[in-house]
Amino acid sequence: MSDVSQPVAHPPVTDWVNDFDHTDPQWTEDPFPIWDELRAASPVVHTKRFLGCYMPTTYEAVREIANDTEHFSSRRIIVRDVRPEVARNAAPPITSDPPVHKPAKQLLLPPFTPDAMKKLEPRMRAICNELIDGFIADGKVDAAARYSKYIPVRAIAHMLGIPESDSDLFINWIHMILELGIRDESKLLQAVQEMSAYFRTHIEERKSRPTDDLISYLMNARDKEGQPLEESHVLGSLRLLLIAGIDTTWSAIGSSLWHLAKTPADRERLIAEPALIPTAVEELLRAYSPVTMAREVVKETTVSGCPVRAGNMVLLSFPAANRDPTMFPDADKVVIDRRENRHAAFGLGIHRCVGSNLARMEMQVALEEWLKRVPDFRLDPAGTVTWSQGTVRGPRQLPFLLGKAM
Amino acid sequence: MTERLRVRVDPDKCQGHARCKALAPELFELDEYGNAHEAGDGIVPPGLEDKAWLAKSNCPEIAIDVIEE
Repeated sequence: MSDVSQPVAHPPVTDWVNDFDHTDPQWTEDPFPIWDELRAASPVVHTKRFLGCYMPTTYEAVREIANDTEHFSSRRIIVRDVRPEVARNAAPPITSDPPVHKPAKQLLLPPFTPDAMKKLEPRMRAICNELIDGFIADGKVDAAARYSKYIPVRAIAHMLGIPESDSDLFINWIHMILELGIRDESKLLQAVQEMSAYFRTHIEERKSRPTDDLISYLMNARDKEGQPLEESHVLGSLRLLLIAGIDTTWSAIGSSLWHLAKTPADRERLIAEPALIPTAVEELLRAYSPVTMAREVVKETTVSGCPVRAGNMVLLSFPAANRDPTMFPDADKVVIDRRENRHAAFGLGIHRCVGSNLARMEMQVALEEWLKRVPDFRLDPAGTVTWSQGTVRGPRQLPFLLGKAM
Repeated sequence: MTERLRVRVDPDKCQGHARCKALAPELFELDEYGNAHEAGDGIVPPGLEDKAWLAKSNCPEIAIDVIEE
């Protein structure tokens, strides 16, 4: 690679409506008032940063774009400083447009149905309890570093058939791709190359000794003509499953625990009424949706009456859509028994998250097991909560004190 | 005469969020890809009306109709 771009400086934002930047520290720390300001200004706002990028600010504008694959392409799904050439089979199906998208998506769906997830549930409960065993006697814990992080990473490693003990390796690649890679392309390329080499080794091993896991499943998959998938497709989908399955759910579990740590009434209610946990999980997903996606405008059109021009990116903020008060009464409040909740945390339209059933199961199990064993916990006033930057938002440091307050 | 309800999933709109199956398992079924369709003829047995409306109001794709017959 001769033309890898150098990191770009990002001056602090002073005019959010005309110059927004989702990597600004203010956005990372507390994005909710920023989204309210943008929504009040227009259903679609624009920034010159990132070589030109729109952001739909209402639920309706987000839905319009998510359902319009004619004008909005998924070939680039992260808003970055640069637009490196698009690789074929980057990460199908998330980076695919119709008509290529559907067969690639259908291939991945059967292993992630709710019934398939039920089979994984006992292993998830065991993982949660092993993690809790590791810190429960200490009286305090960084719940992001020692609990929420390892639940999804070990779940997806289990499904892929790669060692759960390689977890820290995966977490580092994801940090390089989703956070550092927004501003430093070399980090992104390095991580992609390392991941591909890692998976190639596992594919080679399975050629002589097939296994009962997702890697063998993809190696044995056939297209409509009965042909095996190209190796680049298999590698792309494996990278996608690893990247998409980890810091997303890490963030969702972490944000949920963060909310419960500072909201004793909700915590006590879920302990008294564990049957409410699935409903609460949906509300926590709405209020603290971790994932912001992107599209590229490929043809001029209008969104909620606003013109959008080809060549710009779109920051497709499902989290901001989920805070739209037109769609959700008391949108800025966590209502853990909210009955009507069409939240878009897993996206809308054909790119609905393939792992949504896995994420929901992990969140329910993670909260159930935690609340059974750690009914009392609170934020440690001596520590600091920190949040990840950019595409996936969640706590990366979550210092808790365990047990009843003295 | 009391009204009877019938649920219907629009297969072109359903994207497999599976919210209906979680909220009203008696009224919906999932195929091998996890996409939903109504169980049987979609007629809502007495006592499950609330679940039918709940499924409709939680479908992110607005793919569920509840028809009053």
